[in-house]
Amino acid sequence: MMYMARWQVWTILVICLLGVIYAAPNVLPREVAERIPSWLPHQQVTLGLDLQGGSHLLLEVDTRAVARERLTNLVDAIRTTMRAKRIPVTNLAVAGTDAVTFRVREAGQVDQARAAVREVDPNAQVTVTPEGVFTVQLNPQELIQQARSAVQQSVEIIRRRIDETGTRDPTIQAQGEDRILVQLPGLRDPQRIKELLGQTAKLTFHLLDLNNSVADAMAGRVPPGSLLLPGDARDVDASGQPRMYLVQRRVSVAGERLTDAQPGQNPQTGEWVVNFKFDTVGARQFADITRANVGRPFAIVLDNKVLSAPVIREPILAGSGQISGSFTPQSAQDLAVLLRAGALPAPLNVIEERTVGPDLGADSIKAGAYASVIAVILVAGLMIVAYGLFGVFSVIALFFNLCLLIAALSVLGATLTLPGIAGIVLTMGMAVDANVLIYERIREELRHGQSALYAIDTGFRRAMATIIDSNLTTLIAAFLLFLLGSGPVRGFAVVLSLGIVTSVFSAVLVTRLIVGSWYRSRRPKVVPI
Amino acid sequence: MRPLFSLPHDTRIPFMRLRRITIGLATVLSVLSIVLFFYAGLNYGIDFRGGILIEVRATQGTADLASMRTKLGGLDLGEVALQNFGKNEDVLIRIVDQGNEQANNEAVDAVRKALGDSYEFRRVEVVGPKVGGELIQAGALAAILAMLGIAVYVWFRFEWQFAIVAFVTTLHDVVTTIGVFALTQIDFNLATVAAVLTIAGYSINDTVVVFDRIRESLRKYKTMPLPELMDRAVNDTLSRTLMTSATTFIAVLALTLVGGEVIRSFTIAMLWGIVIGTFSSIFIAAPMLLLLPPPRATEPAAAKAMP
Repeated sequence: MMYMARWQVWTILVICLLGVIYAAPNVLPREVAERIPSWLPHQQVTLGLDLQGGSHLLLEVDTRAVARERLTNLVDAIRTTMRAKRIPVTNLAVAGTDAVTFRVREAGQVDQARAAVREVDPNAQVTVTPEGVFTVQLNPQELIQQARSAVQQSVEIIRRRIDETGTRDPTIQAQGEDRILVQLPGLRDPQRIKELLGQTAKLTFHLLDLNNSVADAMAGRVPPGSLLLPGDARDVDASGQPRMYLVQRRVSVAGERLTDAQPGQNPQTGEWVVNFKFDTVGARQFADITRANVGRPFAIVLDNKVLSAPVIREPILAGSGQISGSFTPQSAQDLAVLLRAGALPAPLNVIEERTVGPDLGADSIKAGAYASVIAVILVAGLMIVAYGLFGVFSVIALFFNLCLLIAALSVLGATLTLPGIAGIVLTMGMAVDANVLIYERIREELRHGQSALYAIDTGFRRAMATIIDSNLTTLIAAFLLFLLGSGPVRGFAVVLSLGIVTSVFSAVLVTRLIVGSWYRSRRPKVVPI
Repeated sequence: MRPLFSLPHDTRIPFMRLRRITIGLATVLSVLSIVLFFYAGLNYGIDFRGGILIEVRATQGTADLASMRTKLGGLDLGEVALQNFGKNEDVLIRIVDQGNEQANNEAVDAVRKALGDSYEFRRVEVVGPKVGGELIQAGALAAILAMLGIAVYVWFRFEWQFAIVAFVTTLHDVVTTIGVFALTQIDFNLATVAAVLTIAGYSINDTVVVFDRIRESLRKYKTMPLPELMDRAVNDTLSRTLMTSATTFIAVLALTLVGGEVIRSFTIAMLWGIVIGTFSSIFIAAPMLLLLPPPRATEPAAAKAMP
């Protein structure tokens, strides 16, 4: 057992050396480490947001809103189709979260109506009662698919919006079915980001409905082809209530047609505005609409609020325009960012926020490092006091263990969190366990009157099974922690798992190498343990 | 270089004869913990209940809790708890969940405005009620799976009797840890769950070492009466068990004393776990095995278990 083949010795030495080399950059200040040429080990451990400071936001995509919008569109489409095919229907409405119901008045038109629905949505499931009540249920597969693509799209748009603010190294990733995790290192206050992400920024242009009165609509009689929308927060009437607008439901030009948006100032009034440009299709639509409606007002609608409703003075043919409203420089800038990045397919909710200031992070690193050093000194002291020379051997192994653990974290790009530092300290305490097992076993064999060589050999061999058993059980717990934990806790699990592997390596193999070489060079009759 | 001292190795402590006392004590502790858990309950942190946690530091001088309380009390945010910790300038503000995400965000804004420039915001955590529910489920699931996983591993490596005992002792360690949290009302958060899981792994680690020795002795001393055999196994591994616990304990103690407030509840749970894990490995595991004796090597059933 104490004999090791030459290749085994070299492998252990090379691994230890690599551990030291790859751990080394972490001792350097970050600026120095960044200047190390890339062919040399230069990675430092990635610090979690709780250590470097920053903001962690967990967003939930309101996928039900996607379904709701689908259903409203389905109601509109069915209404238009039935009207075109002259099939009178009543009670056309959204039912529940995934269906639309209506009743066909003439029993003879049921088959015709069924065909019409097929045309509108070929994948929907249609059921009809003998009374002619239709239930059109959206295909669940399709809904799931749509929710999934809404999440993917949201990730893309969130990235664009955050990039526009100049935040460095954001991480944006989908998580689970309808969650998006946003990590913003170094950010002190996520307020502005939350505001930017809190708006879907769906921009549409509508003509105003001038044939019906706003007062009627406010009394509950909104014509089917129109929408009653409030003005934005500063747009109030004499009594302080938000002003209401009645606009045509039909979208004249959609916000997707925008190619650019920039904040600017109106040269005459000095008022802040947002200038926008349409693509060719949008420009043509805009030109047609403005040409046909000179002298009439049209509404610029953002997230179901009317930003402004200017009167069209002349046809706008160049494909560019201006949104005025009561903007501040900041809000004009923000709106421009939102319009450039595009609309979110569904609203987002911030369901979890964790922000750590950089000072607290730095304090945590300091406290963690301080605790680690004290822990290592105490453990080393205790080992030397209890096992003498062999204690020194295990302290050497402990040093390589620490290097290997830090090297593994750096190379694997694992994130070190505060609980992760706790994991390192814990590993230092538990790592010597394997040594304790071996040494106690050696002592026992010596007490039984065995020779030095036999005792050492048996100590290592017998302790091995126990070491494997006891470490694998801890590994099981660490693995589950990784699977089910989140954020910093996950970081702890990673450190604990890696720590178990490096501990077994260093406590068993490195110690064996040291003890073996010591034995061969001294040939002691008595083991000082 | 010789060791300065050697841990006691010739101990002959009659652990098995003490079993009525020790198992009784463990049972009482576990029952008390369960009672405490249901009557006093845990002081769930925002990770589980949802809510807001803000850590602020006074930019000048010390924090004035009284004036902070007045300022925040006027915001109509429901229960607001202020706690001075560490240095005099640091304050933890805990605010109950405001019902929905929007309201929680607005509450943080309101606090920011109310405290103004005299306090620096060092940490802000807002957990919506929905996430809280999920986290508690995942935590409980992880703890149960960890205990089962460990039991299955022990079953695989030893006999089923060992697995059951391992499961029960781990359960005892976890339950009493939760009991300590119910008793002291220390914040129970995600990190505490991590600590509990680590305790499960750690305490079984000690127990497995004892089991290992029992298994070895079962093969070596085929006729020795079980109580004597187990006493010897526990006594033989006693110095190792104590030494390992000591090194881990001092490492975690260092972390508790200087590691900072953020992980305090984690380190306290770990400290307790090391103590109770060591206790159960020495006083509970082997005596319980006596109640559920594993087959002796003379019986044919055990022969296949030997490599």
